[in-house]
Amino acid sequence: MSLLLENVTKRFGDFTAVDDLTLSVNKGTMYGFLGANGAGKTTTFRMILGLLNANEGRITWNGKPISYATSPEIGYLPEERGLYPKMKVEEQLIFLAQLRGMKKTDAKVAMNKWLKRMEITHYANKKVEELSKGNQQKIQVIASLMHNPQLLILDEPFSGLDPVNVEMLKEAILQFRNDGATIVFSSHRMDHVEELCEQLSIIDKGKQIVSGTLRDVKRSFGKQNVRINSDNELAHLAAIAGVKSVQKSIEGALYQVESEQVANDLLTAALKSGPIRHFGIEEPSLQDIFIEKVGKQHA
Amino acid sequence: MREFMIIFKQAFMTKAKTKSFIITTSIMIAAVFLFANMEKIIDTVKSATGGDSDSEEVLQVLDESGVLVDRLKTQFESNESDIKVELSSKSEKELTDQVKEGEIDSFVSLALDNTNTIQANYVSMSAMEFTIPMMLQEALQSIQTEMKAEELSLSGEQVQTLFAPIQFEQQSVSPSAKSEEELSQARGLVYVLMFLIYFAVIVYSSMIATEVAAEKSSRVMEILISSVSPVKHMFAKVLGIGSLGLLQMVLLGLAGYIALKTTTSGMTDGFFSFFGFSNMNVGTLAYAIVFFLLGYFLFATLAALLGSLVSRTEDVQQIIMPMTLLIVAGFMIAATGLGNPEMAYLKYASFFPFFAPLVMFLRVGMLELPVWEPLLSIAIMLVTIFLLGFFGARVYRGGVLMYGPSRSLKDIKKAIQLGKE
Repeated sequence: MSLLLENVTKRFGDFTAVDDLTLSVNKGTMYGFLGANGAGKTTTFRMILGLLNANEGRITWNGKPISYATSPEIGYLPEERGLYPKMKVEEQLIFLAQLRGMKKTDAKVAMNKWLKRMEITHYANKKVEELSKGNQQKIQVIASLMHNPQLLILDEPFSGLDPVNVEMLKEAILQFRNDGATIVFSSHRMDHVEELCEQLSIIDKGKQIVSGTLRDVKRSFGKQNVRINSDNELAHLAAIAGVKSVQKSIEGALYQVESEQVANDLLTAALKSGPIRHFGIEEPSLQDIFIEKVGKQHA
Repeated sequence: MREFMIIFKQAFMTKAKTKSFIITTSIMIAAVFLFANMEKIIDTVKSATGGDSDSEEVLQVLDESGVLVDRLKTQFESNESDIKVELSSKSEKELTDQVKEGEIDSFVSLALDNTNTIQANYVSMSAMEFTIPMMLQEALQSIQTEMKAEELSLSGEQVQTLFAPIQFEQQSVSPSAKSEEELSQARGLVYVLMFLIYFAVIVYSSMIATEVAAEKSSRVMEILISSVSPVKHMFAKVLGIGSLGLLQMVLLGLAGYIALKTTTSGMTDGFFSFFGFSNMNVGTLAYAIVFFLLGYFLFATLAALLGSLVSRTEDVQQIIMPMTLLIVAGFMIAATGLGNPEMAYLKYASFFPFFAPLVMFLRVGMLELPVWEPLLSIAIMLVTIFLLGFFGARVYRGGVLMYGPSRSLKDIKKAIQLGKE
């Protein structure tokens, strides 16, 4: 069971929104989709959902193209609130679940279970517009999960939620993954992607500039961070070959280096100037990678 | 089909349950009953206010001739009029002052000139009074006729032969013409129904456009069209809101029927027979429903198409303006035809699909048309609805995915392009 995108390209007139995108997501895994605003994330999601057709390439789900026949297997959470503001929470959730192929009675049971789990049972009879943004987001999440989808597409699921609710939602999503669902989600929050996703893509202006498993992405980034805290003057270390950049801090400095060999050179050089209080090699964060990669493209 | 029914039900139920729908419908039904019982209500109000308005009017009379007052008195008495004649001893100047001061409402000074013709001068505060002067004039006219007849020593019978009315009948030879009597009877009913169709088509088609734009702006559209095809969604929506409109029309129709059947004031009274309600024409009612439905579907598909182009409800009115103007133009054309439904331009307009719902209904309600005419017009509308539905679905598919400051008809092309992709 997996979602497969092969060399997918989407053009609107002269504008190429998605350029030769390839990715596969296996059953029971989560795929992170990173990109600046307008990078082509929503267009990709719309193609996966079958709302738009790709100009080139193929998108398949379990070996078959996605159509309205597969809609009950899919859960979609759009980036912005996708709810009727004037409809009551209960009616709305049942309506949306029915559209995804659920029977009314089953929908009711599932709804009550989820409202309870998200701790918002008392909002069942309220209109959506009367709820706070965070609670609306919870309703939105329930709407995309209620019918037990096998493929979950989540566009910015954590936006507008406080940390407690983010945890609640993460737990729910992780449970879906452990139950064998295939999940694709996009976020601006690198830490969420780092925490949840086995695999990821960074896309910029429609192009996939980074992709692979989290570990591979970090490895292939080719840069590591070396943190040295010392009371001595370490300014001359910046001149060592292989040091990409230096960020000074009160305690010492953070060096971005090309390879582990350079880290060794740094340590030797630092010790020559006197004792140091801390030395550590840190993995680059996704944030670093994203800024480096996307920032460069923009420059 | 299942999804179609779910959306159909949702479109229908959420609107039907809104307070605004329930309230407007109840108000309209109440208005129908009020309207049907108008005469009774007016009578009740009259008697409840102590019969003040029914009380005798005292008319001060100055009579130079000295013979007219008594005749006027007897004339009013024989007419069972409420006007009481009182001979005044005051001068004309004093009475005029009294009128100005508001002490009396009016007075009349009467005289006979040298040919024994009555000269009357009615004085009141405002020129807005009609009933008393009219009755007065009528009474004086018959007094004068009487006096002249006496002068010529004519008998009562002779006088009557003088005033015998001629026999006048109007006949039209046009095959589609109804008699003038039938025409004025049909006119009221057709006008009321025409207005209802016009009103319902405008209200419900703009409701469709607003709904679609609202679904787009709240982004619920993204979820809807990811589980149901946009074309299905569009037609389910159009049918759902259409059924709501039909329900409202049927409720109003039922209310009207019950109101007219139960009203105590006879429907043969001037007011009702003028509006042609005394002999409701079933054919006209059936045509009203047919043309309402056709008109609705015609404009609703157009409205859905237009609504899908904008992404904010604020822009809806602007984008459906051309469509609204079409409906208004159709109504104007039909309204000019109420007086003379046989005008040539009405015939042409009744085959133009966007005017047909109103203009053809007017013609079919007012004239005896050969059956093929309304049928042809209905067929033209059906074809147009089909084409619009086909074209609309293509625009809609792309339109619902378009966001941004789109509010011009040029975006139709963009939407079709996007829908294809």
